Amino acid sequence: MYAINKFINIRKDAIFENGTCVYQNEDEGFSAFMKKVYKERGLAYPKFYKMDDLCKLAFMAADLLLEGDNEKDIALLLSNREASLDTDLKHQQTIQDAAAYFPSPSVFVYTLPNITIGEISIRHGLKSESAFFIADRFPAERMQQYAEYLLNSQKAQKVLCGWVHFMNGEYRADFYLVDSRGLLTHTMEHINEITK
Amino acid sequence: MEALKQELKERIIEVLNLEDITPSDIQDTDALFGDGLGLDSIDALELIVLLDKEYGIKLADPKQGKEIFQSVETMAAFIAENRTKL
Repeated sequence: MYAINKFINIRKDAIFENGTCVYQNEDEGFSAFMKKVYKERGLAYPKFYKMDDLCKLAFMAADLLLEGDNEKDIALLLSNREASLDTDLKHQQTIQDAAAYFPSPSVFVYTLPNITIGEISIRHGLKSESAFFIADRFPAERMQQYAEYLLNSQKAQKVLCGWVHFMNGEYRADFYLVDSRGLLTHTMEHINEITK
Repeated sequence: MEALKQELKERIIEVLNLEDITPSDIQDTDALFGDGLGLDSIDALELIVLLDKEYGIKLADPKQGKEIFQSVETMAAFIAENRTKL
Protein backbone atom coordinates (compact mmCIF):
# COMPACT_ATOMS: atom_id res chain seq x y z
CA MET A 1 0.00 0.00 0.00
CA TYR A 2 1.36 3.38 -1.00
CA ALA A 3 0.88 6.64 0.85
CA ILE A 4 0.08 10.29 0.27
CA ASN A 5 3.14 12.01 1.65
CA LYS A 6 1.87 15.60 1.49
CA PHE A 7 -0.90 17.62 -0.15
CA ILE A 8 -1.41 21.24 -1.18
CA ASN A 9 -4.69 22.99 -1.94
CA ILE A 10 -4.70 26.47 -3.49
CA ARG A 11 -8.02 28.31 -3.33
CA LYS A 12 -9.04 31.92 -3.94
CA ASP A 13 -9.01 32.73 -0.24
CA ALA A 14 -6.00 30.75 0.96
CA ILE A 15 -3.32 28.12 0.44
CA PHE A 16 -3.39 24.98 2.57
CA GLU A 17 -0.62 22.50 3.30
CA ASN A 18 -1.91 19.16 4.59
CA GLY A 19 -5.17 20.92 5.40
CA THR A 20 -3.58 23.75 7.38
CA CYS A 21 -3.74 27.31 6.07
CA VAL A 22 -0.23 28.58 5.27
CA TYR A 23 -1.04 31.71 3.20
CA GLN A 24 -4.16 33.83 3.49
CA ASN A 25 -5.35 35.91 0.54
CA GLU A 26 -6.27 39.46 1.56
CA ASP A 27 -8.90 39.73 -1.16
CA GLU A 28 -6.31 40.18 -3.92
CA GLY A 29 -6.54 39.04 -7.52
CA PHE A 30 -4.63 35.96 -8.65
CA SER A 31 -1.48 37.72 -9.86
CA ALA A 32 -1.13 39.83 -6.71
CA PHE A 33 -1.76 36.81 -4.47
CA MET A 34 0.83 34.67 -6.28
CA LYS A 35 3.34 37.52 -6.28
CA LYS A 36 2.87 37.96 -2.55
CA VAL A 37 3.45 34.25 -1.90
CA TYR A 38 6.48 34.28 -4.25
CA LYS A 39 8.00 37.19 -2.30
CA GLU A 40 7.18 35.77 1.12
CA ARG A 41 8.79 32.47 0.17
CA GLY A 42 11.92 34.33 -0.93
CA LEU A 43 11.94 32.65 -4.34
CA ALA A 44 14.52 33.83 -6.88
CA TYR A 45 13.15 32.54 -10.17
CA PRO A 46 12.42 35.52 -12.49
CA LYS A 47 10.93 33.21 -15.14
CA PHE A 48 7.94 32.87 -12.80
CA TYR A 49 6.77 36.33 -13.87
CA LYS A 50 6.81 35.34 -17.54
CA MET A 51 4.55 32.31 -17.04
CA ASP A 52 0.87 32.34 -17.85
CA ASP A 53 -1.59 32.04 -14.96
CA LEU A 54 -2.10 28.28 -15.30
CA CYS A 55 1.65 27.71 -15.09
CA LYS A 56 2.05 30.10 -12.17
CA LEU A 57 -0.60 28.13 -10.31
CA ALA A 58 0.96 24.74 -11.08
CA PHE A 59 4.45 26.08 -10.34
CA MET A 60 3.44 27.40 -6.92
CA ALA A 61 1.51 24.26 -5.93
CA ALA A 62 4.46 22.06 -6.96
CA ASP A 63 6.97 24.34 -5.22
CA LEU A 64 5.08 24.05 -1.94
CA LEU A 65 4.56 20.31 -2.37
CA LEU A 66 8.17 19.47 -3.23
CA GLU A 67 9.83 21.86 -0.77
CA GLY A 68 12.72 20.07 0.91
CA ASP A 69 12.31 16.95 -1.26
CA ASN A 70 15.55 16.01 -3.03
CA GLU A 71 14.13 13.09 -5.04
CA LYS A 72 14.55 13.63 -8.78
CA ASP A 73 12.65 10.59 -10.00
CA ILE A 74 9.18 12.05 -9.48
CA ALA A 75 6.56 11.38 -12.16
CA LEU A 76 4.08 14.18 -12.89
CA LEU A 77 0.40 13.46 -13.55
CA LEU A 78 -1.79 16.52 -13.94
CA SER A 79 -5.34 17.10 -15.05
CA ASN A 80 -7.93 19.79 -15.64
CA ARG A 81 -11.14 20.43 -17.54
CA GLU A 82 -10.22 23.22 -19.95
CA ALA A 83 -6.59 22.53 -20.91
CA SER A 84 -4.95 25.93 -21.65
CA LEU A 85 -8.15 27.63 -22.83
CA ASP A 86 -7.63 30.79 -20.75
CA THR A 87 -4.34 31.49 -22.57
CA ASP A 88 -5.64 30.14 -25.88
CA LEU A 89 -8.26 32.91 -25.81
CA LYS A 90 -5.62 35.55 -25.02
CA HIS A 91 -3.60 34.33 -27.99
CA GLN A 92 -6.68 34.35 -30.20
CA GLN A 93 -7.29 38.02 -29.36
CA THR A 94 -3.86 38.88 -30.81
CA ILE A 95 -4.66 37.26 -34.18
CA GLN A 96 -8.33 38.23 -34.44
CA ASP A 97 -7.80 41.39 -36.46
CA ALA A 98 -5.99 40.90 -39.78
CA ALA A 99 -5.00 44.57 -39.74
CA ALA A 100 -3.38 44.23 -36.33
CA TYR A 101 -2.02 40.71 -36.51
CA PHE A 102 0.67 40.58 -33.82
CA PRO A 103 0.71 37.15 -32.14
CA SER A 104 2.83 37.25 -29.01
CA PRO A 105 5.46 34.47 -28.88
CA SER A 106 5.49 34.59 -25.07
CA VAL A 107 1.72 33.99 -24.97
CA PHE A 108 1.75 31.39 -27.72
CA VAL A 109 4.25 29.14 -25.93
CA TYR A 110 1.67 28.61 -23.16
CA THR A 111 -1.11 27.41 -25.47
CA LEU A 112 -0.63 23.79 -24.37
CA PRO A 113 -1.58 22.52 -20.90
CA ASN A 114 1.40 20.21 -20.55
CA ILE A 115 3.70 23.23 -20.51
CA THR A 116 2.79 23.23 -16.79
CA ILE A 117 4.63 19.91 -16.52
CA GLY A 118 7.57 21.43 -18.38
CA GLU A 119 7.82 24.40 -16.03
CA ILE A 120 7.71 22.14 -12.95
CA SER A 121 10.30 19.81 -14.48
CA ILE A 122 12.70 22.67 -15.27
CA ARG A 123 12.30 24.17 -11.81
CA HIS A 124 12.95 20.89 -9.98
CA GLY A 125 15.38 19.27 -12.44
CA LEU A 126 13.03 16.38 -13.24
CA LYS A 127 13.40 14.17 -16.34
CA SER A 128 10.61 11.82 -15.43
CA GLU A 129 7.42 10.19 -16.71
CA SER A 130 4.55 12.62 -17.17
CA ALA A 131 1.03 12.96 -18.52
CA PHE A 132 -1.67 15.62 -18.61
CA PHE A 133 -5.30 14.43 -18.72
CA ILE A 134 -8.27 16.52 -19.81
CA ALA A 135 -11.35 15.44 -17.87
CA ASP A 136 -14.63 16.89 -16.58
CA ARG A 137 -13.53 16.26 -13.00
CA PHE A 138 -10.41 14.96 -11.28
CA PRO A 139 -9.97 11.39 -12.60
CA ALA A 140 -9.22 9.99 -9.15
CA GLU A 141 -9.40 6.31 -9.99
CA ARG A 142 -7.23 6.63 -13.12
CA MET A 143 -4.71 8.72 -11.19
CA GLN A 144 -4.57 6.18 -8.38
CA GLN A 145 -4.05 3.27 -10.78
CA TYR A 146 -1.54 5.12 -12.96
CA ALA A 147 0.48 6.35 -9.98
CA GLU A 148 0.67 2.85 -8.50
CA TYR A 149 1.59 1.36 -11.87
CA LEU A 150 4.50 3.83 -12.15
CA LEU A 151 5.69 3.00 -8.65
CA ASN A 152 5.19 -0.78 -8.97
CA SER A 153 7.05 -0.88 -12.27
CA GLN A 154 9.92 1.24 -10.88
CA LYS A 155 9.29 3.93 -13.49
CA ALA A 156 9.27 6.51 -10.69
CA GLN A 157 10.14 6.69 -7.01
CA LYS A 158 7.36 9.16 -6.25
CA VAL A 159 4.39 10.53 -8.19
CA LEU A 160 3.03 14.06 -8.07
CA CYS A 161 -0.69 14.04 -8.92
CA GLY A 162 -2.73 17.17 -9.32
CA TRP A 163 -5.75 19.07 -10.56
CA VAL A 164 -4.86 22.55 -11.85
CA HIS A 165 -7.68 24.82 -12.98
CA PHE A 166 -7.47 28.43 -14.18
CA MET A 167 -10.18 30.11 -16.26
CA ASN A 168 -11.38 33.73 -16.33
CA GLY A 169 -9.76 34.52 -13.00
CA GLU A 170 -11.27 31.47 -11.29
CA TYR A 171 -8.69 29.01 -10.03
CA ARG A 172 -7.88 26.07 -7.81
CA ALA A 173 -5.09 23.56 -7.48
CA ASP A 174 -5.09 20.26 -5.57
CA PHE A 175 -1.70 18.57 -5.61
CA TYR A 176 -0.54 15.50 -3.66
CA LEU A 177 2.60 13.41 -3.60
CA VAL A 178 2.39 9.61 -3.69
CA ASP A 179 5.26 7.89 -1.94
CA SER A 180 6.11 4.57 -0.32
CA ARG A 181 5.22 6.00 3.07
CA GLY A 182 3.62 9.11 4.45
CA LEU A 183 0.71 10.93 5.97
CA LEU A 184 -2.33 9.15 4.51
CA THR A 185 -2.95 5.84 2.78
CA HIS A 186 -3.21 6.17 -1.00
CA THR A 187 -6.88 5.22 -1.16
CA MET A 188 -9.76 6.58 -3.22
CA GLU A 189 -11.30 7.89 -0.02
CA HIS A 190 -8.27 10.06 0.78
CA ILE A 191 -7.75 11.16 -2.84
CA ASN A 192 -11.39 12.22 -3.07
CA GLU A 193 -11.11 14.05 0.25
CA ILE A 194 -8.06 16.02 -0.94
CA THR A 195 -9.54 16.91 -4.32
CA LYS A 196 -13.22 17.39 -3.43
CA MET B 1 17.55 59.66 -29.31
CA GLU B 2 17.52 59.86 -25.49
CA ALA B 3 13.71 59.88 -25.49
CA LEU B 4 13.66 56.83 -27.76
CA LYS B 5 16.07 54.95 -25.47
CA GLN B 6 13.90 55.73 -22.46
CA GLU B 7 10.78 54.63 -24.33
CA LEU B 8 12.50 51.41 -25.40
CA LYS B 9 13.51 50.57 -21.83
CA GLU B 10 9.91 51.03 -20.69
CA ARG B 11 8.56 48.92 -23.56
CA ILE B 12 11.10 46.13 -22.99
CA ILE B 13 10.21 45.93 -19.30
CA GLU B 14 6.52 45.88 -20.12
CA VAL B 15 6.44 43.34 -22.96
CA LEU B 16 9.00 41.00 -21.40
CA ASN B 17 7.45 41.12 -17.90
CA LEU B 18 10.74 42.08 -16.26
CA GLU B 19 9.47 42.27 -12.71
CA ASP B 20 11.39 44.40 -10.19
CA ILE B 21 13.41 46.11 -12.95
CA THR B 22 13.01 49.83 -13.69
CA PRO B 23 14.27 51.78 -16.73
CA SER B 24 17.02 53.29 -14.58
CA ASP B 25 18.35 49.75 -13.91
CA ILE B 26 19.11 49.31 -17.63
CA GLN B 27 22.18 51.12 -18.93
CA ASP B 28 22.17 52.08 -22.61
CA THR B 29 25.06 49.72 -23.37
CA ASP B 30 24.04 46.81 -21.09
CA ALA B 31 23.91 43.46 -22.92
CA LEU B 32 20.28 42.42 -23.33
CA PHE B 33 21.15 38.72 -23.66
CA GLY B 34 23.68 36.52 -21.89
CA ASP B 35 25.08 38.11 -18.75
CA GLY B 36 23.11 41.34 -19.12
CA LEU B 37 19.36 41.22 -18.65
CA GLY B 38 19.45 37.47 -19.21
CA LEU B 39 16.80 37.43 -21.92
CA ASP B 40 16.02 34.16 -23.74
CA SER B 41 15.02 33.07 -27.25
CA ILE B 42 11.31 33.73 -26.67
CA ASP B 43 12.21 37.24 -25.52
CA ALA B 44 14.14 37.72 -28.78
CA LEU B 45 11.01 36.80 -30.75
CA GLU B 46 8.99 39.20 -28.60
CA LEU B 47 11.46 42.00 -29.45
CA ILE B 48 11.03 41.25 -33.16
CA VAL B 49 7.24 41.62 -32.69
CA LEU B 50 7.86 44.87 -30.78
CA LEU B 51 9.84 46.32 -33.71
CA ASP B 52 7.03 45.42 -36.11
CA LYS B 53 4.10 46.49 -33.91
CA GLU B 54 5.43 49.73 -32.48
CA TYR B 55 7.87 50.94 -35.10
CA GLY B 56 6.70 49.30 -38.34
CA ILE B 57 9.99 47.48 -38.89
CA LYS B 58 9.92 43.94 -40.27
CA LEU B 59 13.22 42.11 -39.97
CA ALA B 60 13.89 40.47 -43.32
CA ASP B 61 16.72 38.39 -41.93
CA PRO B 62 16.39 37.08 -38.33
CA LYS B 63 20.20 36.94 -38.17
CA GLN B 64 20.11 40.73 -38.06
CA GLY B 65 18.66 40.42 -34.56
CA LYS B 66 22.02 39.46 -33.08
CA GLU B 67 23.46 42.84 -34.00
CA ILE B 68 20.33 44.92 -33.41
CA PHE B 69 19.47 43.46 -29.99
CA GLN B 70 22.92 43.83 -28.45
CA SER B 71 21.79 46.70 -26.24
CA VAL B 72 19.21 49.47 -25.93
CA GLU B 73 21.67 51.73 -27.71
CA THR B 74 21.97 49.47 -30.79
CA MET B 75 18.21 48.93 -30.86
CA ALA B 76 17.51 52.67 -30.68
CA ALA B 77 19.99 53.42 -33.49
CA PHE B 78 18.40 50.77 -35.72
CA ILE B 79 14.86 51.99 -34.99
CA ALA B 80 15.78 55.64 -35.60
CA GLU B 81 17.17 54.71 -39.01
CA ASN B 82 14.48 52.26 -40.15
CA ARG B 83 11.19 53.10 -38.46
CA THR B 84 8.08 53.51 -40.62
CA LYS B 85 5.78 54.41 -37.70
CA LEU B 86 6.33 57.58 -35.74
